[in-house]
Amino acid sequence: MMTDLINALVLIANFILVPGLTYGSQLGLGALGITMIYSVLRFSNFAHGEMMSFGAMVTILMTWWMQSQGLTFGPLPTALFALPVGIIVTIGLTLTADRLVFRYYREIKAPPVTLLIVSMGLMFFLGGLIRFIIGPNDQKFFDGERFILKARDFKTMTGLSEGLAIKSTQGITVVLAVLMVSFLFWFLTYTRTGKSMRAYSNNEDLALLSGINPERVVMVTWIITAVLITLAGTLYGLDKSYKPFTYLSLLLPIFASAIVGGIGSPVGAILGGFVIAFSELFITFAYKRVLGYLLPEHLEPSGLMQLLTTDYKIALSFVILVLVLIIKPTGIAGGKTL
Amino acid sequence: MSFLIGKDMVGGYGGANILNGCTIGVDKGEIAVIVGPNGAGKSTAMKALFGMLALSSGEVLMDGQNIMHLKPQERVKLGMGFVPQTANIFTEMSVEENLEMGAFIRRDDFSDTMDQVFTLFPILKEKRRQLAGELSGGQRQQVAVGRALMTQPQLLMLDEPTAGVSPIVMDELFDRIIEIARTGIAILMVEQNARQALEIADKGYVLVQGENRFTDTGKALLADPEVRQAFLGG
Repeated sequence: MMTDLINALVLIANFILVPGLTYGSQLGLGALGITMIYSVLRFSNFAHGEMMSFGAMVTILMTWWMQSQGLTFGPLPTALFALPVGIIVTIGLTLTADRLVFRYYREIKAPPVTLLIVSMGLMFFLGGLIRFIIGPNDQKFFDGERFILKARDFKTMTGLSEGLAIKSTQGITVVLAVLMVSFLFWFLTYTRTGKSMRAYSNNEDLALLSGINPERVVMVTWIITAVLITLAGTLYGLDKSYKPFTYLSLLLPIFASAIVGGIGSPVGAILGGFVIAFSELFITFAYKRVLGYLLPEHLEPSGLMQLLTTDYKIALSFVILVLVLIIKPTGIAGGKTL
Repeated sequence: MSFLIGKDMVGGYGGANILNGCTIGVDKGEIAVIVGPNGAGKSTAMKALFGMLALSSGEVLMDGQNIMHLKPQERVKLGMGFVPQTANIFTEMSVEENLEMGAFIRRDDFSDTMDQVFTLFPILKEKRRQLAGELSGGQRQQVAVGRALMTQPQLLMLDEPTAGVSPIVMDELFDRIIEIARTGIAILMVEQNARQALEIADKGYVLVQGENRFTDTGKALLADPEVRQAFLGG
């Protein structure tokens, strides 16, 4: 009986907890970028997904080059070491986009909705550029050790009939996300530049009056966003696989995360990411085997016991988004209302 | 000639002028108060002095220098401090961070100035880690004034510092403002509570329709039957 319970828990850990932590971290990093741009530049950046894709693409190209030069790092994926290049090029992209596109609309004090449409234009442009460079297909760039913990090893270790597997990409995602988020919070809380960004986001007029340079705040915001974007994009590609189209459809869960958490609130973005990730997994998981362990034998369900098929997981973000906007528009951590 | 003076200022926000040739000046260590009925251009006059409004004629001089071409931020660097009437604190930041942001343009060590602000407003020291948005109205105004003092201005401009605070807190704030003036800073403020403000004013300006109607010491204005009748409710 006790083993049955443990088996059921391992099953949930393997199929919900571990993937949820990974996917939640990826969404959280993405949502942090959305929230940063929203607080400082005051618009919803629809080009976010394609920017993630761009960052991942550059990292992949660099990874391939490094692999072709025989530069690999044993158990660690090469992509991890190609990341700095991806980040630098993406910083170049966001700063160029700001210079060529967004700055003009900021100067003429365009309303947020105009900037949103402008960012959609950039989204289409970047989407085209990415397909032009790397093509629309699935790209593999993972190398190194596949697993931190293999299901078979776990079974022999514990003697349980259910296995728990942790992929190295999952471990890397969570570790990098924790490091990045800790750094970001430290930066925003303790550094002069970080504080000036919060001040600018909180009260623009008073920030100007205090001598805070808005163009510098905007520049630092794009740099941080580029780091977040490249990290989120690469980690997602590494964990699942890189396909340009998936980043467009990631836009919805990422926006949902930012809004559920409370747009403008960095803590909220992280929380929101996990809320969306776990909701998707809990609702699309097939509970048949879990119930098989927990229920008496004759009550074992014959169906899959799945609330929704995985095809609907995008729709789920949408439903959560709508519910939050109706019930608590400021989100969990009390951000701004859209 | 006053330390800061706006001479014969004419200007407005497009359309009809709000300021019609008024002159406002203040000296170091002195409190000057602008009073007048609603729509007289009190706040507008102050914004013009700070460079937030383009004047069509007239001039603004500080320490004898024409500062008309300077933007508000540049005037802050020159030694002007401005406390807006609303949204004058960073609500989502702690009291201490508000003061730090006030000192943003300073690259030197400003802990002495912060200590001075804390001495002036002891309650802020007690609540230094609390979010400014969680404070009471009077305490928020103290944060706002403290933030402006962080640049060690030679001139402090206050746009209705006592708006929306209780009479007791108002008296307290006025006492603090007198203390600030005693340190040699020039203080210019716009006030709705005309009687109380004129009591502490070295110089009072009664504006009507963007023009100087009466200019005198605060005491003289309070004693003037015409001013009392028309602007102070008898």
